[in-house]
Amino acid sequence: MTSVSLKDVAKSYGRVEVLRNIDLDVEQGELVVFVGPSGCGKSTLLRMIAGLETITGGELRIDGELMNNVPPAQRGIAMVFQTYALYPHMTVRDNMAFGMKIAKKSKAEITAAVDKAAKILQLEPYLDRLPKALSGGQRQRVAIGRAIVRNPKVFLFDEPLSNLDAALRVATRIEIAQLKDSMPDSTMIYVTHDQVEAMTLASRIVVLSGGNIEQVGPPLELYENPRNVFVAQFIGSPAMNMLDCKVLACGAQTRVSREDGGDIVVPIASQAADEGKPVKLGVRPEDLTITDSDDYLLELNVDMVEALGETTVLYFDTALDDPGFIAKLPGIHAIRKGTCLRLATPPEKLHLFGTDGISFRHR
Amino acid sequence: MKALKLKRDWIIGWLLLLPAMVFLFAFTHIPAITSLVSSFYSTPRGRRPAKFLGLDNYQRMFDDPVFWKVLGNNLWFALGTIPLSIALAIVMALWVNDKLPGRGFARMAFFTPTVLPLIAVANIWLFFYTPGFGLFDQLLGLFGLPATNWLGSPETALNSVIVVTVWKEAGFFMIFYLAALQAIPKTLIEAAQIEGANRWTIFWRITFPLLMPTTLFVSINAVINCFRLVDHIFILTDGGPDNASALLLFYIFETAFRFWESGYAATLTVALLVMLCLLAIGQFFFFDRKVHYK
Repeated sequence: MTSVSLKDVAKSYGRVEVLRNIDLDVEQGELVVFVGPSGCGKSTLLRMIAGLETITGGELRIDGELMNNVPPAQRGIAMVFQTYALYPHMTVRDNMAFGMKIAKKSKAEITAAVDKAAKILQLEPYLDRLPKALSGGQRQRVAIGRAIVRNPKVFLFDEPLSNLDAALRVATRIEIAQLKDSMPDSTMIYVTHDQVEAMTLASRIVVLSGGNIEQVGPPLELYENPRNVFVAQFIGSPAMNMLDCKVLACGAQTRVSREDGGDIVVPIASQAADEGKPVKLGVRPEDLTITDSDDYLLELNVDMVEALGETTVLYFDTALDDPGFIAKLPGIHAIRKGTCLRLATPPEKLHLFGTDGISFRHR
Repeated sequence: MKALKLKRDWIIGWLLLLPAMVFLFAFTHIPAITSLVSSFYSTPRGRRPAKFLGLDNYQRMFDDPVFWKVLGNNLWFALGTIPLSIALAIVMALWVNDKLPGRGFARMAFFTPTVLPLIAVANIWLFFYTPGFGLFDQLLGLFGLPATNWLGSPETALNSVIVVTVWKEAGFFMIFYLAALQAIPKTLIEAAQIEGANRWTIFWRITFPLLMPTTLFVSINAVINCFRLVDHIFILTDGGPDNASALLLFYIFETAFRFWESGYAATLTVALLVMLCLLAIGQFFFFDRKVHYK
């Protein structure tokens, strides 16, 4: 069943358009992650679903009902804020009970709901404390608890882990994943700029950029089969390498020539019209290997080596503002700066993008 | 060597403190102690030096009907000005904190009474209060009501001063509330909106409790201001008629510098100081349990 449905939704402040043509259906029980760089409109979109921002175009439906002009409290949503937004003068218990108290629920009902949420989130020892006596992770759990108590149709998370330190972020991320598993029927929409959070939590990721949806899909699909250059470079770290090429021959397989010489046959179909056109050949740093054979993709001098233990990251053709070409090899490698290396990749791991940025696989 | 350096630091430290200490002692501590001492002595006149009277001055104070009268006035004045000016300050602050056209102008307008010199303003108010053709009487005259001698009759004199004081104080307190309101994170209000709280609930359950530190600060200041106030009275009523609008500090001034009874004036000053101390301490302890500091 569709839980949240956005149809041609748009948002503008005066003449400035921040979101346009947003079409998205979120099924019940899904955890959908909005991800994108700063200023892409992901938080604005979430706040529009919450009712904290007005919708200037299109339709928002929750459980089939039109919600465009319904006040936030009546949309059946609960929101967890980046800054927790706990009421500092109320105890943890009062914070979680606030919504039910306003709704004039009975005392027994409130206590039962709060105790249940506290149990799920292991907050029982802290119920009588003020938020200031809690750690960041505990505060965020209280904020999540406050959302659970409302028993909403849709949970909205606005960068909930951004204010936590690195170690806590991992722990809380796992907690949220477990929480989702324990509530398989609840729908969640989660905003983050951290692609690790997006990859690990999402059942589907929505990649946003400049007010547009770039691609929607399960995390690994976005990784393996990005729709365009933006998604290809946004998902995955370090970003996908792009080489400027020209199409030589079309068909079920495409033959391209690199600007610096050499031909490669890529097992991706192309159309006759592509012949002679410039394209971008995409290859992920982690798909590259070092080879001694003559069947290689590139031969380059190493500019920099980052030995991380688990992986070794090699930088080639590095320039100011441009990390250049990057290879990420598993394990430890004794490679020194200045070494000339031949890099190879399995051809099925390559990507081709046309001049419009769209992947050949998505045409 | 080390001891020498320590001693030099110590001397420099005291030298740095000295200017502030000189002023503090010259204008606060020494006068306070001298007042306390003088309160036990008679007023020296001509060649007759002050005589030790013990508690005679205090006895006189307790028997002095004017003292009780001005104390009562002061109490009524406090009750009339403090809650009203604080409530007005909060309302004005909430109003100009919202997005509204001409917000900057409204803020400025509310703060103007604080900036204007009281002597100038009091003259405008004197005109407002003028019997017969002042602003108030002209407005009331439209409804056929008789002229009132606002500042000249015992029933209305003090209340008229209260109105001027509230007008003057509310804008000043508003600035503190405005600053405090802007320090409340917007997400708290949004979280409450999502939970179904209306504006009224949000104010009473979230905004107002979070403004409590400001309310404590403002109310202590308001109480002190109540007892410090003399300038309005000089210009508007001169304490009259029949001490109907005289406050404690005004009475002290009259006693000391009009009747030249500095001994008795010192006694009244000590009484004022003791009351102020008790009030401030009391307020602090009373509120402290209720105030949430972030």
